Amino acid sequence: MNSFSLLIAVMLISSGYFFLGTRSSKAVRTAGARLHSLPHYYGLFAGLVAALPALALLVILAIGDDIIFNRLALDFVPDDVKAGENYKEVIVLAQIYNVVNGINFGEQPEWVNAAAAAWHGWEATSTTLKTVTVLALSLIGGMLAYRMVNPDFRSRNAVERIVMTILAASSAIAILTTIGIVFSVIFESMRFFALVPVSEFLFGTTWNPQFEGAERAGSGQMGLATYGSVPLFAGTFLISVVALSVSVPVGLFSAIYLSEYATPRVRSLVKPLMELLAGVPTVVYGFFAALTVAPFIRASGMSLGLDVASESALAAGLVMGIMIIPFVSSLSDDVINAVPQALRDAAYGLGSTQSETVRQVVLPAALPGIVAAVLLAVSRAVGETMIVVMAAGLAANLSLNPLDAVTTVTSQIVTILVGDQEFESAKTLSAFALALTLIIITLGLNFIALQIVKKYREQYE
Amino acid sequence: MSNAEKQMMPPAVAAERVAAGLAARHGRERRFRIYGRIAIGIALAFLVTLFVSIFSKGIPGFFQHYVTIEVTLDRAKLDPAGDLSVQSLYDGDARGVIRKALFEAAEASGRSGRKAAGKIISQGAEQRLRSAILDDPDILDTTQSMTFAVDDDVDSFLRGYIKRETPEKDRRINDKMIGYIDTLNEKGLISFRFSDYLIFGSASRNAEMAGIYGALVGSILTLAVCLVLAFPLGVATAVYLEEFAPKNRLTELIEININNLAAVPSVVFGILGLAIFIGIFGMPRSIPLIGGVVLALMTLPTIIISSRAAIRAVPPSIRDAALGVGASRMQTMLHHVVPLAMPGMLTGTIIGMAQALGETAPLLMIGMVAFIVDVPGSVTDPGTVLPVQIFMWADFAERMFILKTSAAIMVLLAFLILMNAAAIIIRKKLERRW
Repeated sequence: MNSFSLLIAVMLISSGYFFLGTRSSKAVRTAGARLHSLPHYYGLFAGLVAALPALALLVILAIGDDIIFNRLALDFVPDDVKAGENYKEVIVLAQIYNVVNGINFGEQPEWVNAAAAAWHGWEATSTTLKTVTVLALSLIGGMLAYRMVNPDFRSRNAVERIVMTILAASSAIAILTTIGIVFSVIFESMRFFALVPVSEFLFGTTWNPQFEGAERAGSGQMGLATYGSVPLFAGTFLISVVALSVSVPVGLFSAIYLSEYATPRVRSLVKPLMELLAGVPTVVYGFFAALTVAPFIRASGMSLGLDVASESALAAGLVMGIMIIPFVSSLSDDVINAVPQALRDAAYGLGSTQSETVRQVVLPAALPGIVAAVLLAVSRAVGETMIVVMAAGLAANLSLNPLDAVTTVTSQIVTILVGDQEFESAKTLSAFALALTLIIITLGLNFIALQIVKKYREQYE
Repeated sequence: MSNAEKQMMPPAVAAERVAAGLAARHGRERRFRIYGRIAIGIALAFLVTLFVSIFSKGIPGFFQHYVTIEVTLDRAKLDPAGDLSVQSLYDGDARGVIRKALFEAAEASGRSGRKAAGKIISQGAEQRLRSAILDDPDILDTTQSMTFAVDDDVDSFLRGYIKRETPEKDRRINDKMIGYIDTLNEKGLISFRFSDYLIFGSASRNAEMAGIYGALVGSILTLAVCLVLAFPLGVATAVYLEEFAPKNRLTELIEININNLAAVPSVVFGILGLAIFIGIFGMPRSIPLIGGVVLALMTLPTIIISSRAAIRAVPPSIRDAALGVGASRMQTMLHHVVPLAMPGMLTGTIIGMAQALGETAPLLMIGMVAFIVDVPGSVTDPGTVLPVQIFMWADFAERMFILKTSAAIMVLLAFLILMNAAAIIIRKKLERRW
C-alpha cells in the first residue's frame, strides 16, 4: 500500500476503535455501572491511541526511506567513478533516480542499472515493511486501549492529556521552523566561509560569482570569482532609500490626515482603498515596475538629457515605495490614534491650531511608534524580493546614483538558487551567506523597533 | 525678568500680537491640510495607475483572434492506421489538412505564398483538430467549419501593434502574409473572441497557445496543502499559548519565535524549503507538496496571531459559566471558546491564505519555476503556481505575452479580492461584539 492509502487505512481502524469503545462503554453503563467519563471519551481514547503512534511512524518511515535508499545506492558506484574528477553524489543519484522512474537518456552504465534494479527491490521491501508495521501498530495500540475500557478508567483525563500534548507539540513547530531556518543557513554559510574569507565577503567591492569551475581552495585559480558583497548591500540600501523617501512622507501624511482631519465617511472610504495596495502580490508590482514604470522613467530621463539604465534603482525603489505606503500609514495611524484626546484638547485650550497640535503635541507623543513603523518598513524593503528581481536587474554596480542599474541581496539569492544547482560550489553557498546577513539585518531592525516602542512608549491611562 | 515682562503685558497688546500672527498660522494650517490631501492623492493616484495599467492590458488579454476555415477531414490522411488511437492521429497529417483548408480560404498559391499563409495559423491548431476528432470520430470524412487561433504575430498585427506602414524588413509579418490576412478578413473569417487558450491552455512558449490552467491547478493544490497544515497547527498553537501554556521561559521563547517568524523575509522560507526538504530529505523539486509546506510555515504566524486575538476577545464570563457547571478546562475550550472564536480564526486564516496565494519568491527557490506543460494531477506531481507563471511570462517580450500576463494578473487579483471579501463578510456576519 502506498502512504496515502495507509493513511486512510489507519483512519478507518481508528474510527472503528472509536465506535467499539463508545459502544462497549455505553453497554457497561446500561448494565448499571457508573462510568468515570462520558462514553465517547472511552471511544476517543481507543481511537487516538490507534491513530497517533501509527501516523507518527508512517511519517518517519516515509521521510526516512529515501535517505536510506540514497546511502545504499551510493554503494553501487564503482570506486573508479568515485575517484574520478567532477564526481558529485547529487549527479550520480539523479542518474539513478531517472532510471528508477523510467526516464532514460541514452545508454546508462551497468552499475546505474544495477542500482536502479536494487532500488526497485528496496522500494518493494520498504512498502511491505511500512504497511505491516504501521497497520500492526495501529491495530495493537487500539486493541490495548480498547481493553482498558472499564468504569474506573479515567478516560476523559487521558484524552485531555493526549489533546494537550498535541496542542503543545503544534506550538513547538514555530521553534522547529526557526531552528530549521537557522541551521540550514548557518551550516551552508560556514561552508561558504571556509572557501571565501569573511573579510572578503563583508568588505570586498566586487561581486562576481559567475565563474563556476573556479573552485578556490587549493586550485590556485584565485581571483576568478569574487564574493565581495558591498555592491549588493549598497544596492539594497539605495533601493530602500528611494522606497522610503516615497512611502514615509506619503504614508505619514495620509495617516495624519486620515486620523486628525478626515470625516468618518472619507476615512471609511480611503482607508480600505489604501490597504488594497498592501494586498496586491509583489509579483504584480514587479511586472508593473518592469513594464510601466521603468520605461516611463527612462523616457522622461532621456527627454531631460539624463542617461537612465533600463533597469534603474529608481523604478524598483519607487514601486517598492508604493507597496510600503499602506504599511507605514496603517502602523502610524494606530499610534496616532493611541495618543489620548485629552492632550489634543489641552493644546486647543491654549489656542493652538489643529496643525500646531499635531506637530507639537501629537507627533512628539507618537514619535516612538512612528520610528518603529519606519524601521519595520525598512525591514520590509530590505527583504522584498520580487520587485527587485523583476525590475532592478542583476548588474552588481557599486553606485549611489538611483538612475543606475543595481542589484540587491534578495535578487542575488533568487538568481543563484533558482534552477538546478549543486550544493558544493561556492556560488551556491554564497546565497546562504547572503541569506544569513539578510536575516540578521531584518531581525535586528525588528528588534530595535520593538525596543524603541518598549522604552519610549508613553503610558496613558 | 522675561516672566515679569510677560505678566505685565496688557491684554490688549497680547491680543494684538496674537492677531498679528494669526494669518500666518492659519496659512500654515491650510498648507498642512493640503499636504495631507496631496499625500492621500498620491497614494490613490498610484493605486489608480497600477490598476489602469494592468486592466488596460489585461482586458484585451482575455481575447484573441481566431480564424474559421472549412476543413475537409480526410480519414485516410488524418488517421492512417484507422484505429483512432492517439498514435495514429499523431502519425496522420493534421498539419497538411489544416494548411490545405487555409490555402483555399486565403487563396494562397505558389511556394512562397503557401509558406507565408502557413504562418498565419497557430501551431496549436493540429492538436485542436486531433482532440476534436477524438471527441467525435463521426466528423471524419466530412467537411467541418473549424476555428483555430492565429499566430501571435498575426494577432499583434490585427490588434495594430505591428503597423502596415513599417517597412517590410522591419516587421515580423511580410507583405504576402498581410495580403492573405486581408483576404481572410474581407471574407469575414477572422474573429476576435474570448480566448479559451488563456483559461484552458497550459504553459507554452507560443503566446497564442499559452494559458493559466496548469498554474491555477498548481495554485489550488499548493493552497490546499498549505490550508490543511497551517489551519489546524495555527489554531492548536493559539489555543495552547492563550489558554494552557504555563508562563515560563519556554513559552516566552515560543512567543518571541512566532513574532520573529512573522518578520522573516519570505525568500528565507524558500531557502528553508530548499535546504531541508530538497537538500536533506531528498524530496523532488517543483512539487506542490513542498510549496504548500513552505507557505504553511510562512503563514503560520499570521494565523496564530489572529487566532490568539480571537480567543482573547471571548469574554471570561463564558469560560466562568462553563467551568461553573462542571466542564473541564479542555471542554470549556473546545466546546465554548473555540467555536465562539472561530469567525476570527477563519478571517485570519483566509487572509493568510490570500498572502500565500500571492507569494512568489519562496516557490522560485524550491523549483516551481520550471517549464511544466502537464497539469499536475496530485500534490507530488511537478507543477507551478499562478504568481510564478506570471513571473515567467513577464520575461517574454512578445506583445501577446504581455497581454496574457496582465490577464493572468487580473485572474489572480480576482481570487485575492474574493478571498478578502469572504474574510470581511465572515467578520461582519459572524463575529460577535461582546
